[in-house]
Amino acid sequence: MRRRYLALKVVSEQPINGGAVMDAVWKAVLQLFGEYGASQTSLSLIDCNPQKNYAIVCCSHTAVEIVRASIASITEINEKTVAVHVLGVSGTLRAIRKKAFL
Amino acid sequence: MRRFIDLHLHPSIKDLDQVERMIVKSSELGYRLVGIPLLPSVTQDEISLLQKICKDAKIDFVSRVNFTPKTPGELLHDLRRFRQRFEVVSVTCTSKRVARQAAKDRRVDLLSFPVTDIHKRFFDRAEAELASKALSGLEIEMAPLLSLSGYSRIRLLSRLRREVAIAKRFNVPVVISSGATNEYLMRSPHDYAALATLFDMPLPYALRALSEDPLAIVERNREKLSPDYVAPGIRVVRRKTGV
Repeated sequence: MRRRYLALKVVSEQPINGGAVMDAVWKAVLQLFGEYGASQTSLSLIDCNPQKNYAIVCCSHTAVEIVRASIASITEINEKTVAVHVLGVSGTLRAIRKKAFL
Repeated sequence: MRRFIDLHLHPSIKDLDQVERMIVKSSELGYRLVGIPLLPSVTQDEISLLQKICKDAKIDFVSRVNFTPKTPGELLHDLRRFRQRFEVVSVTCTSKRVARQAAKDRRVDLLSFPVTDIHKRFFDRAEAELASKALSGLEIEMAPLLSLSGYSRIRLLSRLRREVAIAKRFNVPVVISSGATNEYLMRSPHDYAALATLFDMPLPYALRALSEDPLAIVERNREKLSPDYVAPGIRVVRRKTGV
């Protein structure tokens, strides 16, 4: 399976941990695309930096748009208002770190 | 390279800090041009201030006015009075008569419809045919998609899917704008394009709705508002001097 790595920046007044980010992403995917759609994403958390509010997630290359739309629809994490921006999408971890200056 | 445009950034104009923050954020997210709705009574000083903030953020500013007329007569009156002062005119259609009048009037650039009341979204085939002839565009704001949830979002998505299909069939340009009232509702153009796939807008079509289509509206109006404009295709190239 070909993978895609997405670098995320969480805009929030509080530091956000990786588990909370992934919970929010899964919740958004399930809300928008249901369990069938979520099963196609192969979504996982690769890295998270709570100090800088950055995260890297990984998904199947066929599900990039599903994941991207779901991430864009996130407005709350742990009942706090947030915005999650996709800084870049890439096929390798090294490239995504370079692209997003992580 | 594509120039991405957000024709509807909606900060509170009185809160200049927020205006500045949102304009800077737009620039960071990759937009090169933003439209901010102003009151018809806005002064030239206020416009100059916004232009300066945008210039500092290396982004182009478009003056925009939103009309929400109750009757077609009120719409015509507003257009006669204010069309020449703003680069983009948007009409929120709250009745079918207003929607039809707005769609056939060439002075109207964007047609928008209430998001909370689906029964007041009058963008059907007749509306699209009129809009196509008058070169008006259909505006889709993305902020409600983020703020709504559950059944109301499902209904909105279903309605948008239908409207986009009609617009495509009648060659009505679709303009995707943020409609963001704060920084948390702002997303990058590619994120909006991904969200637009939720109402069956193919990715290239969505990216065009965030770049080429709104840019065409702005450029057309800037040409019309320039002092050299005479009529479509006719402009002053040189003026006679010393007579």
